[in-house]
Amino acid sequence: MSFRVPRRTIAAFLGPAVAALAIVGIVPLLYAVWKSLHYFNLTKIAQQRFVGLDNYWAVLTDPVFWQAMGRTALLFAIAVPVQIALGLMIALVLHRPGLSLWKTLTRLSLVLPMATTYAVVGLLAQVMLNQKYGVINQMLGWIGIDAINFIGDPTNAFIAVVLWDIWQWTPFVALVLLAGLSTVPPEIEEAAKLETKSNRTILRHVQLPFLIPSLVAVLILRTADTLKLFDMPFTMTRGGPGSATEFIAVLIERVGNRQFDIGMAAAQSIIMLAITIVLARLYIRLFYREVR
Amino acid sequence: MAAPIQRRNLWGEALLLLLICLFCVFPFYWMVTTSLKTQVVALESPPVWWFTPTLANYREVLFIDKVGPALINSIIVAVCTTALAVGLGTPAAYALARFEFRGKTDLWFWFITNRFVSPVVLAFPVFLISRELGLRDTHLALILMYLTFTLPIVIWICTDQFRSVPPELDEAALLEGASQWRIFRSICLPLAMPGVAVSSILSFIFSWNELLFAYILTPKAAKTAPAMAVTFMEGYDVPYGKIMATSTLIVVPVLIFALLASRHLVRGLTMGAVK
Repeated sequence: MSFRVPRRTIAAFLGPAVAALAIVGIVPLLYAVWKSLHYFNLTKIAQQRFVGLDNYWAVLTDPVFWQAMGRTALLFAIAVPVQIALGLMIALVLHRPGLSLWKTLTRLSLVLPMATTYAVVGLLAQVMLNQKYGVINQMLGWIGIDAINFIGDPTNAFIAVVLWDIWQWTPFVALVLLAGLSTVPPEIEEAAKLETKSNRTILRHVQLPFLIPSLVAVLILRTADTLKLFDMPFTMTRGGPGSATEFIAVLIERVGNRQFDIGMAAAQSIIMLAITIVLARLYIRLFYREVR
Repeated sequence: MAAPIQRRNLWGEALLLLLICLFCVFPFYWMVTTSLKTQVVALESPPVWWFTPTLANYREVLFIDKVGPALINSIIVAVCTTALAVGLGTPAAYALARFEFRGKTDLWFWFITNRFVSPVVLAFPVFLISRELGLRDTHLALILMYLTFTLPIVIWICTDQFRSVPPELDEAALLEGASQWRIFRSICLPLAMPGVAVSSILSFIFSWNELLFAYILTPKAAKTAPAMAVTFMEGYDVPYGKIMATSTLIVVPVLIFALLASRHLVRGLTMGAVK
C-alpha cells in the first residue's frame, strides 16, 4: 500500500540520505576516475600529467595485477566449496529436531566468527599459527605431524589464509543455508520422510530446490567479499612472503599507500569496481524481484 | 521400539554440536588466555595451557600504548556514524516503504549496491580529498566514510520494518490532519523501533570492525582500535600478550552486540536476501 504525496515531501524525506550517500560514495568515485586518467604519484607530484587510458592499459597488461586476481580467484575456488560443504553439514545437523538447548548454543557460537573484527582474525592467525609458539602446531604435534612454518613459507601462508577464511565464513554459510532449510514446508519434508529413509534422497529432491536461493546468495556474497578481502591477510602476512598472499585489495593498497602511485591504484580499483557492479546487478536481479 | 537407536544418534549429534562449538569458540579462548600471559610465558615452546594469569598486558596497552584513546576514538566514530545513519536513513526508509514515485527501484538498487563496493576503491580519493579539506586524521572523515555501509544497512532494515506497520494508521492520522512528518515521527517511527535497534547494532558492529579507511585516513590522533592493533605487528619482537590483550578489548564489545542481534546478523550481512 503506497501513498501519493507531493514531490516536495518525498524530497524532504529522501533528500538528506541521498545527498549524504552521493557525497561519500559517488564524489570520491568520480575523483578516482579522474585521477586514474593521470600519472599521479604522491612522491612526484610535480610530474603529474594527463595520460588518458595509459594506466588502464598498464594494469590490463600487468602480470602482477592478474596474478593477484588469479590468487583471489584461487582462494575463492578452494575456500568457498569447503565452506558450502561444511556449512551444509552444520545446517543439516541444526535443522534436525531435538537437543534444542544445545542447538541454540551452537547457533550462538556460530555468530561469533563472522562478527569478529577482521583485523583481529588476522592477528589471531599470527599467534595461533606461529611455527614455534603456535597452538595449532602443538596440536598437529599431538597427532604426529611436524611443526609447519605457516607464515614464513609462500605456499603454507596461502594455505593458512584459506584455512582462516574457512574458519571465519563457514558459520555464515551454515546460518544462511539453515535459513534456506527452514523455508522447506514441514509437511513436504514429513511426507518425504515417510517415503524414504535415505537422507541423501531427501536432500537432493526435497530440500535442495529450496536451498538454491541461499546457495546463489552465498556464491555472490562470497565473491564480493573475497574481492574486498583486505584486513585478514594484511594483518596476518602483509601480502607476503613475497607476494604469496597478495590478494587484489591488498595489491591495490600497496600500490596506492606504499608505492604512492595513486593514478595506477585508481585504475586498478575502477577495473575491480566494474567486476563488482556486474556481480551486484546479478545479485539484485535474483533477490529483489519482488520489490516494486 | 526405535528408542535405543535414536538415543545413540543423539549422543553422536551432541558430540558433533560440541565439536562445532569448539571450532567456533576455541580461537577466542586462546586469544583471552594469551592476553593473560607474560611475554616469557607466551614465548614458551610448546605453548602452555596452565599458567598464572596476569593483567599486566591490559594495564600496559591501555595506559602506555594508547590503546585506551584508540578505543575511545572507535566508540566516538561508531556511535556518531550510527546516529547519523539512523537520522538520515529512517526518513528515507519511510519514504521507500510508503510513497509512490518514479525512480524508486533504481534508488533502492543504488542503496543495495553499496554492500558490494570495496572500500579500497574509495580510500585513496577520500585520502586526497580529506587532505585538501583539512579533514585528515579527524573523526569526521571516518564518520562520513562509514556512512557508505551504515546508511544502506539502516535503510534496508528499516524499510522492511516500516512495511510491517499497518498503513491504516497513516490513513487515519492523515484524516485527522497530521502532516507526513508528524505521522512518521509520532506514529510510525516508534512502532519501527525494533528495526531501528537492529540496524543500529549492525551499523555499530560494521563501523567498529572497519580497518582499511581507518588505516589510511587516521594515522595518529583519530586512530581507531583496529588500526592501532595493526601497528603492534611492526618491529622485530612481536609482543603476543599485548596484541591479544588489544584484540580482546576490541572484540569483546562487538561479540556482545553480535549475540544481542544474533538473529539479525545474517540478515544484515546479506542485505536482507536471507531472513
